[in-house]
Amino acid sequence: MAILIDQNTRVVVQGLTGREGTYHALQCRQYGTQVVAGVTPGKGGIIHEGIPVFNTVTEAVRDTGATASLIFVPPPFAADAILEAADAGAALVVCITEGIPTLDMIRVAAYLKGRPVRLVGPNCPGVISPGKCKLGIMPARIHKEGPVGVISRSGTLTYEAVGQLTRCEIGQSTCIGIGGDPVPGTTFVDALALFEQDPETQAVVMIGEIGGSAEEEAVAWMQQHFTKPVVGFIAGQTAPPGRRMGHAGAIIAGGKGTAAEKMAALRAAGITVVESPAEIGTAMKQILRG
Amino acid sequence: MKIHEYQAKEILKGFGVPVPRSRVTTQAAEVYDIAHELGGTVVVKAQIHAGGRGKAGGVKLARSPREAQEIATRLLGSRLFTHQTGPEGKQVQKLLIEEGLNIKKEYYLGIVVDRSRQQAVFMASAEGGVEIEEVAARNPAAILKEHIDPRIGLSPFQARKLAFGLGLPPAQLGQAVKIFTALYNAFVATDASMVEINPFLETAEGNLIALDAKVNFDDNALYRHPEFKLLRDYSEEEPLEIEASRFGLNYIKLDGNIGCMVNGAGLAMATMDIIKLAGGNPANFLDVGGGASEESVTNAFRIILSDPHVQAILVNIFGGIVRCDVIARGIINAAKAVGVRVPIVVRLEGTNVDEGRRLLQASGLDIALADGMKDAAEKVVAKARA
Repeated sequence: MAILIDQNTRVVVQGLTGREGTYHALQCRQYGTQVVAGVTPGKGGIIHEGIPVFNTVTEAVRDTGATASLIFVPPPFAADAILEAADAGAALVVCITEGIPTLDMIRVAAYLKGRPVRLVGPNCPGVISPGKCKLGIMPARIHKEGPVGVISRSGTLTYEAVGQLTRCEIGQSTCIGIGGDPVPGTTFVDALALFEQDPETQAVVMIGEIGGSAEEEAVAWMQQHFTKPVVGFIAGQTAPPGRRMGHAGAIIAGGKGTAAEKMAALRAAGITVVESPAEIGTAMKQILRG
Repeated sequence: MKIHEYQAKEILKGFGVPVPRSRVTTQAAEVYDIAHELGGTVVVKAQIHAGGRGKAGGVKLARSPREAQEIATRLLGSRLFTHQTGPEGKQVQKLLIEEGLNIKKEYYLGIVVDRSRQQAVFMASAEGGVEIEEVAARNPAAILKEHIDPRIGLSPFQARKLAFGLGLPPAQLGQAVKIFTALYNAFVATDASMVEINPFLETAEGNLIALDAKVNFDDNALYRHPEFKLLRDYSEEEPLEIEASRFGLNYIKLDGNIGCMVNGAGLAMATMDIIKLAGGNPANFLDVGGGASEESVTNAFRIILSDPHVQAILVNIFGGIVRCDVIARGIINAAKAVGVRVPIVVRLEGTNVDEGRRLLQASGLDIALADGMKDAAEKVVAKARA
């Protein structure tokens, strides 16, 4: 078991024929992911790298039975691409695109509410269930199949955490990059709820960062509903207030959203919080050893 | 992106928000005439990109054109120190001269994105003129909130709820609804990340007017507002950050002595954190992007070294899709091209890492290799001390 994706996931890649889309679609396929279709408006009918291309996601889903979409569409068109995937009936939409305007994502969030679709991202590395399926841009080789779920607002920092876990001989059930934007499709709470239900996942690594209150909301939810051990890290302990630290969502605004607040909230809920990003793997090792 | 008060008011005025009569100037000599034209009693307001101007002496009431000119002469060229400027303060280069108004009551209006609800939220408070964070901490019940469905926009009933909630007299209801709607329209049309009118004024004559205004734009949406480029005031920004943004690099200057070059924003923050834990101080935040190409690494070295405080550099690259030998060659070429004079500690992770390390070792440059983030941080802190 894993969450969100496994060997049965059938993927349509929106923006397949672009440079990024092509490169990563092939990397995913090489990992064993069933990449069954691509969508590039106006290029429908061609076969690209052995993958049939459609004009619309609806056609792609109808003709190939795609269940999930992976989006590599430039920011001005990405919000629309998400809506199209949801409308076509994709159960999972993973949007890699960085730089989507926040108000676009607010409209997307309103549209998705109540529909049978889960969005992961945008501005994220995607999702991987090691040994089963990769839907994203993360380097496959650092992953290993196993019992730990990973949820993170960051890209390369997730790789860092996963790399440490694997070096400690700890595999991962599923790793989800929820992305660094202020309005993400999947929140910590959403991802934790899925991990709680997954029998294979025994523990979770949660990587937060400054800005917003998603970590605090996760803590409040976990105290009621989450039974598995968690190792937490919050990036940005040394970040200055009022500055956007790369990610659109990583900003301490009005004195709120500091790493110190978030670490305190996690600790108060009994979560193992590491101060050093180098200790994520070893902290998890100790927990699993019991 | 931040803009000045006078620019924010110009924008809001265009959407139908009433603002005081005013003029902008950089010349103290003009202020006498401007004040005279505006009726004699004026407010002289320093235009800097930072809040807390009033407390710092950057907003002054003048009861005569002569007094206005005196204040302007004092303010122009001086430095203001507020809780948002940092210890170096901000130099005043522009003044907004505004007509004096008869204040009856001050309110607060603001629109931001509520990240938990994933909607814009309109906030209003009868406790205007003080910072909203202060009100939120002291008396959260004093802040009225209306969440806005993006498909419908701010409904008139919501605007009425806010107006009655603020205790505005029924005679001003129509005016208030119009202004609140205009403010929301401005928020959406400009892709703002926040708009704020504080204080929002009720005058003795019964008019509602924006006495101060703040508009910040969503950087991700600037591509559809090319006209906003003209509003950017480069003199308000750190020169190295402007330079970095021209190369698509995300750089933020800090006050330490260890330069950082990292791929990815989260890892870049974590690298700063671990330097601090190792007893050092980061000189900057710098995300070279996921790919870490030779070109971006070259530009990054140049920018890091333009900061004279930098005594050592930590390069932390987690190679996702790019091979480590390619990154290593990029680092070597860049360090040679730029003429890096300080020790470099490199932590590389990814495919072909052994070849990457071999190349770095054979480069003849002052490069120390690190194994993992902890080792990298400890090594670079030791180098910066030496």
